[in-house]
Amino acid sequence: MPAQSIWTLLSWGPDGWLDDIAYGALITVALALATLPIGLTIGFFIALAKQSEEPSLRLAANIYTTVFRGLPELVTLFLFFFGMPILLQHLIRYFRPDATIDVNSFVAGMIVLALIFSSYASEVFLSAFRAIPKGQYEGGYAIGLSNWLTMRKVIVPQLLRIAFPGLENCWLSLLKDTSLVSVVGLAETLRNASIAARVTKHAFLFFGVASLVFLGLAVVSSFATSAILRSLGRREAQR
Amino acid sequence: MSATATMVERPPPRARGWPRRRIVGYALVCLWILFGIGIVSYLVLAWNADFFAKYAPAYLRGLGVTLALVSISMVLGAILSVPVAYGRMSSNRVLSGLAYCYVYFFRGTPLLVQTYLVYYGLGSFRVELQSVGLWDFFKDAFNCGVFAFALNTAAYQAEILRGAIESVPRGQWEGAASLGLHKLQTLRKIILPQALIVALRPYGNELILMVKASAIVAIITVYDLMGNAKLAFANSFDIQAYIWVALVYLVMVEILRHGIEWIERRITIHLKR
Repeated sequence: MPAQSIWTLLSWGPDGWLDDIAYGALITVALALATLPIGLTIGFFIALAKQSEEPSLRLAANIYTTVFRGLPELVTLFLFFFGMPILLQHLIRYFRPDATIDVNSFVAGMIVLALIFSSYASEVFLSAFRAIPKGQYEGGYAIGLSNWLTMRKVIVPQLLRIAFPGLENCWLSLLKDTSLVSVVGLAETLRNASIAARVTKHAFLFFGVASLVFLGLAVVSSFATSAILRSLGRREAQR
Repeated sequence: MSATATMVERPPPRARGWPRRRIVGYALVCLWILFGIGIVSYLVLAWNADFFAKYAPAYLRGLGVTLALVSISMVLGAILSVPVAYGRMSSNRVLSGLAYCYVYFFRGTPLLVQTYLVYYGLGSFRVELQSVGLWDFFKDAFNCGVFAFALNTAAYQAEILRGAIESVPRGQWEGAASLGLHKLQTLRKIILPQALIVALRPYGNELILMVKASAIVAIITVYDLMGNAKLAFANSFDIQAYIWVALVYLVMVEILRHGIEWIERRITIHLKR
């Protein structure tokens, strides 16, 4: 193999690997963005259950966070990725004995990351719920809003503003956790970088590029979140 | 004293009957119980004495490797975090800039990438490392894991340390200075005892995060707890390999969590009224 300069290795096209890594970065972002709404929704409802007066609801929610915050992300991923097909196979055998099941690594990663993200986000939401004074609910009921409307029009707008910095941390760790899904074969940044490293034997270079991609994503999201935070603050000031 | 002032705010009476949230709550708890029964009955039904005899010692050895990895890298990280925290708090531009970049890099990139960078990446510098005599160290996957983990946790611990030291009010420094203590004495006798109470919980969280993150060294062929589970699964295609390992991790994390809470209750007794 002729010695290639690192600039050819890092070029765009058939000789270089930059296009593969850029494609992988796209998958990373897509996975994180696809997980975000699911995780936020589950996390919100878990937090709602945790601050409910009903002990059984609190218990169920606490079991959820204990399990998914206590398990290593990798173990959850492997359990899901290898366990789910077996479970589904057992279930589906009753209907169609010859069917086989394959779990898509993107979907498996999305579900697992959503479980983990939601258990961390629920703690953030919970502390935000506790920061909202009771008078806000009472005020909502006093002007005749229903439970649901009070939640939507009065509580949630304040909740999001209080929870935002905590959620930003959750988002950053979600972004980093997506790299774990490379282990079960999703062609995201890290996996494409390690393929490039194995083929070209320039491991340090390509893993360095992968880490720069993740750093870049972190920088971009910190710009984005500070812009959102500014606009939230502006709306706060207009009141 | 008027009668209203002595009124106590009581918690509202428990709702009677079956409101919707109670039905949902009972249903969810039942779901968890069913899930638990499912797991237990699966483990009982799939009980395989051969599997257990073959892999239980390996799991124990793996647990030892995991604990060694976590404790060594936590201690090394704690030592390394002191200069980093010093740099972060220093008024020297260059020093604080360097420390900031260090922390930003290690907190901004996934630990898995850092581990790969050490384990596979340093292989690119094999000749140079051999000439310095460090290659024997970096040849071993466990050492690489410890190296990457120590660097990573040092960045997090430096931030914890900095936050804790900065949480101590300035007056404490000034008071000590007015008593004639010099800086190191102030730090050791006055600032750190107060800062470490603040830092205990974040340190505990970092320890738990490290225990959980240590599972990823299995990917770079270290036979820790997770590595042995991977091996057992690859040999037997039996999902209970992962279920057992999940239970072990869960128990370990819960013990740590409750232990840290207990220590925190003990050492903050004098702050409670």
